Amino acid sequence: MRKLYTKKLSKKDQLKDLGPRKETVQFLLNYSKALRVVETRGIKFGTILN
Amino acid sequence: MNNVEITDAVLVHEYMQGNEIALSKLINRHQHRIYSFIFSKVFDRDVAEDIFQDTFIKVINTLKRGKYNEEGKFLPWVMRIAHNLVIDHFRRNKRMPKFDNSGDFNIFSVLSDSDLNIETQIIKDQIENDVKELIKELPEDQLEVLTMRIYKDMSFKEISERTGVSINTALGRMRYALINLRKIIEKHNLVLTN
Repeated sequence: MRKLYTKKLSKKDQLKDLGPRKETVQFLLNYSKALRVVETRGIKFGTILN
Repeated sequence: MNNVEITDAVLVHEYMQGNEIALSKLINRHQHRIYSFIFSKVFDRDVAEDIFQDTFIKVINTLKRGKYNEEGKFLPWVMRIAHNLVIDHFRRNKRMPKFDNSGDFNIFSVLSDSDLNIETQIIKDQIENDVKELIKELPEDQLEVLTMRIYKDMSFKEISERTGVSINTALGRMRYALINLRKIIEKHNLVLTN
């Protein structure tokens, strides 16, 4: 029934105000904070700190 | 003069120097554009979310390793990463198509679980036991061929070598075994189906 009574948005409208979830952005910021790059003998290692 | 926007290049430089807030500003500034771009290609929010996340993980890894060069602009560079990940996604899906159940069509309505449930398994076992009892009523030569063919999975060539008869004789005995088995089933009014 929902399909009958709700207006279907056009593709253009659907793309408006689209954004990632807050959790995704927060995950990326946390990932960035936890990531440390250590260079040993010219090789760079990425480590994730808890 | 606080209204002057800090350029992407400055924020990238600050981030590479260890300023985590700079990354937050960069993501906030470009998230809608990048996400919309990805979504316009994949038309699936979850997939778009995954690709958006993977895009920025690549961005973070590259910047933290100091591999980013300022030859190009930040946004086109991120868009290119996102574009490549979208292509990877479609390549992967071409090899392994994904069916989602968001629409009217439900894939599980045409796919069934081929495993038997407990009830049908019990019935199947009973039928197999009944058949084992029934074939004991067959003449010895027919019983021998049928047992070798069905239960021991031997070829007619192997059966003929083992029993010392020609392949045609073995085939004939098998045919008569099945005919006689049907007669026995009809005679006893047995139903041997699931």
